Amino acid sequence: MADAANVTVPSRSARTATSHRVVAIGNRYVLPSLAYAVLVVAALTMLIPFLWMVFTSFKPQQQIFKMPPVIWTTQYTIAHYMRAITRGNFHIYFKNSMIVTVSVTLLNVFVTALAGYAFARLQWRGKGIVFTIVLSVMMLPGLIALIPTFLIVKATPFAGGNNWLGQGGTGWLDSYPGLIVPMLGSAFDVFLFRQFFLALPTELEDAGRIDGCSEFAIFWRIIIPLSKAVLAVVALFTFQAAWNDFLWALVITQSDSMRTIQLGLTLFKSQHTIDWGPLMAGTTLATIPTVVLFLAFQRYFVQGIALTGIKG
Amino acid sequence: MAIATRTGQTGAVRPRRQGRFSLTRQEKAAIVFILPLMIPMTIYWIIPSLASLYYSLTNYSVVMPTAWVGLGNFRRMMDDGLFWRSIKNTVYFTVGNIPLTMLFGLILALSVNAGIHARNLFRVVFYLPLVTSTIALSMVWLWLFDPNFGLLNAFLKVLGIHPQMWLQSTSQAIPSIVIMSVWGGVGGAMIIYLAGLQGIPESLYEAARVDGANRWQLIRNITLPMLKPVTLYVLVTSIIGSFQIFGPIYAMTDGGPAFATTTIVHQIYVNGFRYFNMGYAAAQSWVLFLLLLGLSLFNLRLMRSGMEM
Repeated sequence: MADAANVTVPSRSARTATSHRVVAIGNRYVLPSLAYAVLVVAALTMLIPFLWMVFTSFKPQQQIFKMPPVIWTTQYTIAHYMRAITRGNFHIYFKNSMIVTVSVTLLNVFVTALAGYAFARLQWRGKGIVFTIVLSVMMLPGLIALIPTFLIVKATPFAGGNNWLGQGGTGWLDSYPGLIVPMLGSAFDVFLFRQFFLALPTELEDAGRIDGCSEFAIFWRIIIPLSKAVLAVVALFTFQAAWNDFLWALVITQSDSMRTIQLGLTLFKSQHTIDWGPLMAGTTLATIPTVVLFLAFQRYFVQGIALTGIKG
Repeated sequence: MAIATRTGQTGAVRPRRQGRFSLTRQEKAAIVFILPLMIPMTIYWIIPSLASLYYSLTNYSVVMPTAWVGLGNFRRMMDDGLFWRSIKNTVYFTVGNIPLTMLFGLILALSVNAGIHARNLFRVVFYLPLVTSTIALSMVWLWLFDPNFGLLNAFLKVLGIHPQMWLQSTSQAIPSIVIMSVWGGVGGAMIIYLAGLQGIPESLYEAARVDGANRWQLIRNITLPMLKPVTLYVLVTSIIGSFQIFGPIYAMTDGGPAFATTTIVHQIYVNGFRYFNMGYAAAQSWVLFLLLLGLSLFNLRLMRSGMEM
């Protein structure tokens, strides 16, 4: 279509019209085929590492340590997955990651949606100041808070042998609450919800108020059902971030039974002289959940990235 | 305008307030609605951030009694060769990573946008590394970079190039991490550039076509200038991200060989959680924060102006 317009461009003289036509016809074929060439090469470059990971995880041990590498085999084996479990406890790491990630996702979506609604639709004194504080938190690199957060989690009262002042024990270190609770309340997600709720029409809420609904009922029964798209976006992003997080788990877990899968990978790598088969099996396991979710819901991912405030 | 019509309606809709300290119905609800956010945010973000400012002025170390050292930690940093080394490495990584990621991201976005088939498929493939964990990607690339049995050296051999040491060489380690990061990051830059491309009004192109511009001219004279704000956004967020690189360093090299890949965050981690010099590590994290503060503020302004359109 674009090219058709180009070809039929009104000409000032016959000569320029001809040269335009030549260029346009050249572009019509050259540009898309150039684009295809770029895209195919790039796509292969993107996919090969992933394919190599999966392939290595199913390849017999003796074929892994070969140069040149064995790039095709018919002798697939699940031995590496068995060894990832017997030598690396990857089934425990996977389970821990699932528990933490699902909890963080559900709680974070609820908490940030509620707050985003309060910032977008309720009228209250101090809203501007509180929102500015939330935005400032968004700017802090998580790293700044890392060390004191560790100390605060360690000083959680009545947990891990602590007294009411939070002394004497290890608090929430090396526990599920310690892995979950400090991860809640992403300022960015609050921001995303606020932007979405700001764009909804006010008539429905007003009708709800006149009918005597509580503010929570308005939020839960009227607003939430209208917000499935943004809920999906925040849930997916939270799941992905929580599943892939590793620094916090690295800092606060000590026992093997509390490790998450990302941490388990680095441990497995450093405990043995690198055993590539089981390591790639573990890595494949660590990759599957987020990749499957992404492939299933990629429409929401793309929407989410577009929602994050990029003006053309 | 919505407010004007609302205040004209019934009392159930209009917020009513009796005294200075009495709360309206909406204010009571708002308190309940924001507490589940503000409580964890205060305990695990705001208080720790302020506390880390305090710790940065002490020699806090978990095991020993804490003493106030004033600016001692910052003075110590001036003489800390490893800290300077880590800044140098971080800058080297950033300078290598960002231009390549942005350039390839732009090329991919233009290609995907060139009216081709299967654009969705390509978009998905390029974005794949961004949903995968840094640690998993690091493990895969550690395997690809393996000097003895890695796929990359096998590929070089086919081209007739000698095998390389990659991550195990002091001179190639950072470039190797750059290769992995560019591979992992182009999809993100591409998606943002695509959003930018879709924001360019079609009328601009039509006007230029009427004037007889060809497709290269359209790209050079309309597309690229119109992508400036997006480029700025990608640039700022990428610098902030690159300066905090830690995952691949920890997972692949642990700062080695011979400190060739130790970065600022790696130093903070090592000082804080391996040597338990938490006061010193807190001071280093504040230095990093101040280095990035200007950029973060700028980014926040970009985001707000983008959101309030």
